[in-house]
Amino acid sequence: MSLIRMSSPHVYKSNTTSNVMRLVLIATLPGITALTVFFGWGTLIQILWAGVLALAFEATILKLRHRPPGLYLRDGSALVTALLLAVAIPPFAPWWVTAVGVFVAIVIAKQLYGGLGQNPFNPAMVAYALLLISFPVEMTRWTAPFALNGDGWPIASFVDTLGAIFGSAESLWYDSFTGATPLDELRHRGGLTTEEAWRQSQVLSVGIGAWYAVSAAWLMGGIFLLYRKIITWHAPLSMLLALMICAGMFYGFDPDNYASPFFHLGTGATMLAAFFIITDPVSSATSNRGRIIFGASIGILIFIIRTWGNYPDGVAFAVLLMNLAAPFIDLYSQPRSYGHTTANKGRGGKA
Amino acid sequence: MGKVFAFHGGIHPPENKKQSTRTPIRPAPLPKRLYLPLQQHIGTSASPLVNVGDRVLKGQMIAEPVGRISASLHAPTSGTIRSIGPHPVPHASGLESDCIVIDSDGLDEWEEHQGLEDYTSLKPGALIDHIRRCGIAGMGGAGFPTDVKLHLGDDHIVNTLIINAAECEPYITADDMLMRERADEILGGIRVISHLLKPSHIIIGIEDNKSHAIRTLRTALKECELNIDIRVVPTKYPSGGERQLIQLLTGLEVPSGKIPADIGIVCQNIGTTAAIYRAVHFGEPLISRIVTVTGDAVAQPQNLEALIGTPFADLLDAAHVYEDRLYRLVMGGPMMGMTVEHDQIPVIKTTNCIIAASRDEMPPAPPEQPCIRCNMCEQVCPVTLLPQQLYWFAKGREFDKAKHHNLFDCIECGACAYVCPSSIPLVQYYRFAKSEIRTEEAEQHKADHARERFEARQARLEREQEEKEARRKARAEEAARAQKARKAEPADTPTAAPALDINALKTAAAVARTKLKKAQKALNTARESGEGDLPALEAAVAAAQGSSDQAQHALEQANSSTASGITANVDLKQLKTAAAVARTKLKKARDALKNAEDKGLEGLDKLRATVTTLEQKAEAADQAHQQAEQAATPADNTPPTDLKALKQQVSIMRTKLKKAEAALANLEGEARTQAEQALTELRQRHAAADQAFKAAEQMQIEAAAAQGVDLKKLKVDAAMARAAVTKLERALGKTEDEQERTALESQLVTARDKAEQLNTTLQQHAPD
Amino acid sequence: MSTVITAILILFGLAVVFGIILGYASVRFRVEGNPIVEQIDALLPQTQCGQCGYPGCRPYAEAIANGDAINKCPPGGQSTIESLADLLDVEAIPLDAEHGEEKPKMIAFIREDECIGCTKCIQACPVDAILGAAKQMHTVITDECTGCDLCVEPCPVDCIDMIPVETTITNWKWPAPTESRNLIATDRGRGLQQEAH
Ligand code: SF4
Ligand code: SF4
Ligand code: SF4
Ligand code: SF4
Repeated sequence: MSLIRMSSPHVYKSNTTSNVMRLVLIATLPGITALTVFFGWGTLIQILWAGVLALAFEATILKLRHRPPGLYLRDGSALVTALLLAVAIPPFAPWWVTAVGVFVAIVIAKQLYGGLGQNPFNPAMVAYALLLISFPVEMTRWTAPFALNGDGWPIASFVDTLGAIFGSAESLWYDSFTGATPLDELRHRGGLTTEEAWRQSQVLSVGIGAWYAVSAAWLMGGIFLLYRKIITWHAPLSMLLALMICAGMFYGFDPDNYASPFFHLGTGATMLAAFFIITDPVSSATSNRGRIIFGASIGILIFIIRTWGNYPDGVAFAVLLMNLAAPFIDLYSQPRSYGHTTANKGRGGKA
Repeated sequence: MGKVFAFHGGIHPPENKKQSTRTPIRPAPLPKRLYLPLQQHIGTSASPLVNVGDRVLKGQMIAEPVGRISASLHAPTSGTIRSIGPHPVPHASGLESDCIVIDSDGLDEWEEHQGLEDYTSLKPGALIDHIRRCGIAGMGGAGFPTDVKLHLGDDHIVNTLIINAAECEPYITADDMLMRERADEILGGIRVISHLLKPSHIIIGIEDNKSHAIRTLRTALKECELNIDIRVVPTKYPSGGERQLIQLLTGLEVPSGKIPADIGIVCQNIGTTAAIYRAVHFGEPLISRIVTVTGDAVAQPQNLEALIGTPFADLLDAAHVYEDRLYRLVMGGPMMGMTVEHDQIPVIKTTNCIIAASRDEMPPAPPEQPCIRCNMCEQVCPVTLLPQQLYWFAKGREFDKAKHHNLFDCIECGACAYVCPSSIPLVQYYRFAKSEIRTEEAEQHKADHARERFEARQARLEREQEEKEARRKARAEEAARAQKARKAEPADTPTAAPALDINALKTAAAVARTKLKKAQKALNTARESGEGDLPALEAAVAAAQGSSDQAQHALEQANSSTASGITANVDLKQLKTAAAVARTKLKKARDALKNAEDKGLEGLDKLRATVTTLEQKAEAADQAHQQAEQAATPADNTPPTDLKALKQQVSIMRTKLKKAEAALANLEGEARTQAEQALTELRQRHAAADQAFKAAEQMQIEAAAAQGVDLKKLKVDAAMARAAVTKLERALGKTEDEQERTALESQLVTARDKAEQLNTTLQQHAPD
Repeated sequence: MSTVITAILILFGLAVVFGIILGYASVRFRVEGNPIVEQIDALLPQTQCGQCGYPGCRPYAEAIANGDAINKCPPGGQSTIESLADLLDVEAIPLDAEHGEEKPKMIAFIREDECIGCTKCIQACPVDAILGAAKQMHTVITDECTGCDLCVEPCPVDCIDMIPVETTITNWKWPAPTESRNLIATDRGRGLQQEAH
């Protein structure tokens, strides 16, 4: 009789990495829809373009690393990375910006570090930060929400958008469809108080609704992920709370100079970051406690960078900074195990 | 109904329990052959009490416990012991271990046995001894000897007795069925344990998916005087883990590295309680247990009461296995059980379940993918470990860190591996890391031990060296002194006289000398005083002088002969060793030469020269050896003198001599002179006889030594010849070259012949 | 000019102060660690086989402390090299093949009916793992034998074999899950592969 010999357990939950990634992709649908509705076709085109590139890069590099591409491509992690990058960059960003971004994310930030599970930094955020520093013009030219472009549903047509991304459009054309983001607007308000800036800027007073809507859509996706137990509440909640508390404190003391907590939560990439970026398991802290620390630190960093930093939105930098700190957090955030009175700290073994 | 607490994590795998609870427990058919591993429990293996061929009766103890943590073993049915030796056992390694194999005779004849009349009147020690004699070990999972746990009351205060009826693993229903059908036995067992441990309260922890069993137990409890609390815990794996159940029922955690008794809790499996009941009330040892036989590959999943030692195949047959569907055979539950590869593996005391799984039911695990640090494993770990970190450390062999992350608190429950989306065999990684760490520690321990021994040896060698040096010095001094003394009195006895006979001679000589001196003294006094019989005295002195001289002479002769004997012996031995060494060297050099020739190395000529020289040397040594041997042989041929007779003669004469001497002391005058003459004569005769005896003895010794040497030499030669054969065989195995092979083969044939020849000679000459 | 002098003076003063502090600290907080030789010796396998070219592990430990290479101990193998590298903070290098290869653990076994009782192996054994007296049969105490091989050569009748330590259920180790599972889906076992029986 020849039977097989294996280590226990002998049954498994049917719950694969690709399943996890598929659910993440599903959870981004509301956000993508909202972006498309309010900012035009650009996001969708970028996602498709980035997705194709990501798969191609991943397959090539896996071949070079002598790994079976089929198995690894199926885990879907490349697609998730590409998608997160694509929704983060401006919808009208030229094709080569996306291409460079995807290359950096997949090849450099992920595969060169050893592939899925080994990358210390969130690949999408590495790429985003690099693009932001290298191509500031292209990266800050956000599409203006439809509300500012006139009556009806005046977003750029699909073909026009395609042309803008893959060919080049007149700067005049850009001007009519792009504009500053609310965070930019608030940052470059000169000597105005928050209140005044709000009244003066169309982006803030009229366009903000679109941004809030998109954030709400991301939040929906996040709740879906929480419900499906794909992510835990620890990192998102602590990040949002930390951001809110920081913003709330400063707004409470000096409403003229600081934006309201709600504004912080509702604009920029806050929601996207909270549920889709900092929950990237690979590059975040790994224990529950660690994730609370990780999330809260990112919340605080986002607030600091937004308020006093040079860039309008600080999500990418905050995430990267904390990625750097994650192994350290892991060392000092071990949970207390059963039968121990205190948690072990540090790395153990010979110092 | 007390409060139920919670433990961290846990999972809800599909239960698959219904299949096997449809029919009542059924006794399994009596197997033809039973295999009883000597180690079915934690601790030391039991040691067999029976021999192959013995007939044993059902319930007879066939192996006894060794040491405190061990359990005895009983014949599950009557029959004969077929063998005692290795047989596959249920173990994750799939290795074999010693088993007692019984061929059952089909009679199932019980040994005389009876229960304890009134266990409450017994001393606790005696009662526990009875349970130990019945071989009861924990029937839940690990198989910890129950008597050890029952002794816990001695040095711990036991507040709470927890009866583990959670049975949280999927598929298993053995305990469930036991509770449904034998609640009274369970209660009886609890009574015994409670009598021994005197806990202040007793809790039965049971999962809420066993409502039938809960009902039966509740009914049974109504008539029970004990303070037993049935607590229903939510169904969640692994609530049946000892530590998890304790946390569920009491909210306490057993400190890491401690046992539950340290916090006043003792846990017993429900199956064990029934076994205790049977042991105490009927005197039945643990020879059977309830086994759930289930899985998609059996037609009738059910619970069977099987004898310990029943091969799985018999149970599978009883449940009508579909051979073609059977893909994986698991002993225990699907989460923590082990696979077995062999259907002749027997049921042991801890076998609660056999799952005959089809391929669809337990498909091979998907390939391992990289850990995405998703944290799902941490969410479910009942010990609140960080499985993902442990995995990294185990995989990267960073065992220090793994230990720091409490690897050894992992209960290997498999919850983490169950949920891991990357299908990482996490538990195996932990097991691997644990056994690596354990081996490393053992090796470290061994290395330390070896270092100690090495250092001790080093110190001893040094000391010995010093002592030798000291002794050598002392000897040198002694020799110098002796030389001086000899110069001063040349008649003095030579110092080197090791043999016993020489000692005797020496004493005789000394006695003679003393006598001579005394006689001389007497003569002198007589002369001075002018009294007494001067001539008679003078004659006596002359006689004494003669005998003393004779004794001295004999002594000297003996001395020289022994000395030569010794030198001959020593020489022979040395020569032999020299010859052996020369031969070995020669052989080695030849080997080297051959090697060198093979490889075409340089320095061939030199090696050749060495070999030739060595050959010559070996020959010379051999010759020298043989010559020496021949020289030693003649001793062999001398017809052995009748030593006994000689000895008798000597002792008779000695007695006569003594008598005469005694008489002499009483005699006066002429009679005395006569007597003295007679005495002298006697003495001379005695001395002669003695000498003859000694010479004969010496010869005998020499002959024996020669013979012994011969035998030894033969033995050595034979051993060497054998060694040569093995060496050649080995060389033959290694070479591939045709020519060389033939050469080697012919050499081998010669070597074999020689070895055989020597062996036969050796056998002929062997003393017995 | 004076500013320059002040600057120099201040720097000098600082240097003196820190020098004193550092000096004090180095005296006060000196790590009373094991002498390095002890630590190295503790990592060596103590087989005492001499394959490293030194008459035992301790002499080799001393040699390492004096700068000898750390890759000369075959019984310790790669894991010992790694822990030595860790201890000494140097690069772990592969085992020097000149001194031998890493072999599975062995112990000596004397074929007792062939033993002539010459005591030569006793004299060779560095850890006194052989029991016997002149002209008596000798035997190896398996628990003490380190498998150093040193007794094999001196035996005049070649009756000592080095046999690999047998795996039983008591010393069996869980193997690491096989690497192949990382790459390709196979229908092999989860980690453990089937062994031919
Ligand atoms: S469940 Fe698996 S993939 Fe997720 S963190 Fe744990 S080990 Fe890694
Ligand atoms: S196997 Fe160990 S690490 Fe995994 S869940 Fe169970 S106790 Fe935790
Ligand atoms: S090679 Fe290794 S085991 Fe052998 S003596 Fe040298 S250090 Fe010790
Ligand atoms: S018995 Fe032989 S192999 Fe074992 S330690 Fe002694 S000399 Fe070395």
